[in-house]
Amino acid sequence: MSQPNRNPNRNPDRNGESVVSVRTMEIVTAALFAIVAAVVMYDSSRVGAGWASDGPEAGYFPFYVGLIMFVSSGVILVTNLINRTPKAATFVERGQLKLVVSVLVPAIVFVALIWVLGIYLAAAIFIAFFMSWLGRYPVLKILPIAILIPLALFVMFEIWFLVPLPKGPVEAFLGY
Amino acid sequence: MNLMHGFGVLADPMNIVYMFVGITLGVLIGVLPGLGGANGVAILLPLTFSMSPTSAIIMLSCIYWGALFGGAITSVLFNIPGEPWSVATTFDGHPMAQQGRAGEALTAAFTSSFFGAFLAVILITFLAPVIAGFALRFGPAEFFAVQLLTFCSFVGMGKESPFKVLTAMMLGFALAAVGLDTVTGQLRMTFGTVELLRGFDFLIAVIGLFGIGEILLTMEEGLAFKGKSARINPAVVLQTWKQLPKYWVTALRGSIVGCWMGITPGGATPASFMSYGLAKRFSRNGAKFGTGEIEGVVAPETAAHAAGTSALLPMLTLGIPGSPTAAVLLGGLLIWGLQPGPLLFVEQKEFVWGLIASMYLGNVVGLIVVLTTVPLFASILRIPFSIIAPIIIVICAVGAYTVHNAFMDIAVMLVFGVLGYVFKKLSYPLAPLVLALVLGDMAESSFRQAMLLSQGDLAIFWSNPLVGSIVTLALAMLFWPVISLAIGRLRGSPAAPVSVK
Repeated sequence: MSQPNRNPNRNPDRNGESVVSVRTMEIVTAALFAIVAAVVMYDSSRVGAGWASDGPEAGYFPFYVGLIMFVSSGVILVTNLINRTPKAATFVERGQLKLVVSVLVPAIVFVALIWVLGIYLAAAIFIAFFMSWLGRYPVLKILPIAILIPLALFVMFEIWFLVPLPKGPVEAFLGY
Repeated sequence: MNLMHGFGVLADPMNIVYMFVGITLGVLIGVLPGLGGANGVAILLPLTFSMSPTSAIIMLSCIYWGALFGGAITSVLFNIPGEPWSVATTFDGHPMAQQGRAGEALTAAFTSSFFGAFLAVILITFLAPVIAGFALRFGPAEFFAVQLLTFCSFVGMGKESPFKVLTAMMLGFALAAVGLDTVTGQLRMTFGTVELLRGFDFLIAVIGLFGIGEILLTMEEGLAFKGKSARINPAVVLQTWKQLPKYWVTALRGSIVGCWMGITPGGATPASFMSYGLAKRFSRNGAKFGTGEIEGVVAPETAAHAAGTSALLPMLTLGIPGSPTAAVLLGGLLIWGLQPGPLLFVEQKEFVWGLIASMYLGNVVGLIVVLTTVPLFASILRIPFSIIAPIIIVICAVGAYTVHNAFMDIAVMLVFGVLGYVFKKLSYPLAPLVLALVLGDMAESSFRQAMLLSQGDLAIFWSNPLVGSIVTLALAMLFWPVISLAIGRLRGSPAAPVSVK
């Protein structure tokens, strides 16, 4: 994502270029579910999926959960593998994927920043970045929002409801 | 009478304040994209930990009413359904706004919401004690049977592929099983990690699936906010109210559909579509539906609100929520140390009747609040998405963190967000996943207890007429797609569509 993205307030020009088809995504997700189901069954049989002297073992119920999940995701997988309709529907277009990634990547960075800086500062940076990068707002519009929202959160949580949120070095410096 | 006692609980002025705060927050949540009833209540849940359970549930349920009302505002003015159950409201509501009749459409929507909810609350008032009394005699086998019926009806009544419903549901059960098994004390599916010890909290899942997932979906569409302005003045309200009694049949039918779909966990969204479809077929103006018929607003709104409200009936009486939002409320009850189910009506009378009384008053307050504050909320909607989106993501992160004060939960929430996005796009249903995640432990323990009683013999589920008929009904629901296919074949007509795609 080196190129700054277009303004999301406008409709993105739909360059109908398909990144991945629905069928491929169906197959991938169904296969993933089948793997998860297999893991569930494996782990349930590890802790015991049978009947102990004192009643059902720990894996008794989850084992069947895994089994049903394995069968149903297997059916989805197989039907999509067999079904070869020539006109494959698009799961996501390139323009759409760009927009989604342009929200998701900053969100991941934001969560990582909470770890380092605490939630208030991270939120301020995140909101400021989002507004300037995607919204192309001038600094004068960005600053009040990026400062006031975390401040409002601080007042509401730390002071009003007494719910502590993750804080970083800056809050520690200010005595919180 | 018990209800009078409930209103007595409400006399505490603080509870009335919480009610107004709740409704306003709820409408806000319903209006903003990415925040909805389920994740909105989940995010605000930690704020109520310091309140008394009665005040807390009053505020949370009012947030819920508010969210139900709020969805209509965006549908009518912006053609953007704030909530999935208000999609059907856009069909006639937005054309009305385009013709400059936004005030009329909104008044009709709010009034019908109120009507639907009111009928559902009356139903709850009279039916809840009866069901609770009946359920007091339930054993583990009966409880598991009712839970089985809940989950099987998702398969039978959902419009998604039955295999997708099953897969999503089982994923919920599997996630619920992660962590310490309380019966045997063994660790399940933790793979030696400390983080998984706590298991997956459904509140985190709800915030991610519905909140972040919705933001990603909205982003993809590259939202263009071009709303109609709305002014509601008393003259328009009175004029619309004069028209509404004409549509009492539609409203009543919508409410009945809604109540039914709310109690059997069909949910508000299918209820609103079903009611719209029925109204279109039976109305004399059916052909004009979609061009701005007031009746086309009345039908889905009564049904959605009736379903949303009656979803609380099985939650209170049986401990089985009828919708994801009801599931979040149920999670709240558990956190406050209240065990939902029939005993609640015996042991926590004040709480239950306070809640039911607040449903009556909350809806009246809600109607007043929305009728007076529409311009305010409509102006919030004009804030561009590039400002709203990061704020909502921040709020979701705060909500996810406060559930357990765990940093890991924020990361888990993001993963659920991506999962929610993929689920929506491939039409895997979210509601069964959330309900399975909530009810997983309860369903498992009642199943185990039933198995212990019978020494592993499944025949216990047919050991008496009550449990037998519930289980048989559940299995009929489970195999309904196959049954309807078979019936279709027998009649020689093209079979009912059971698409796997």
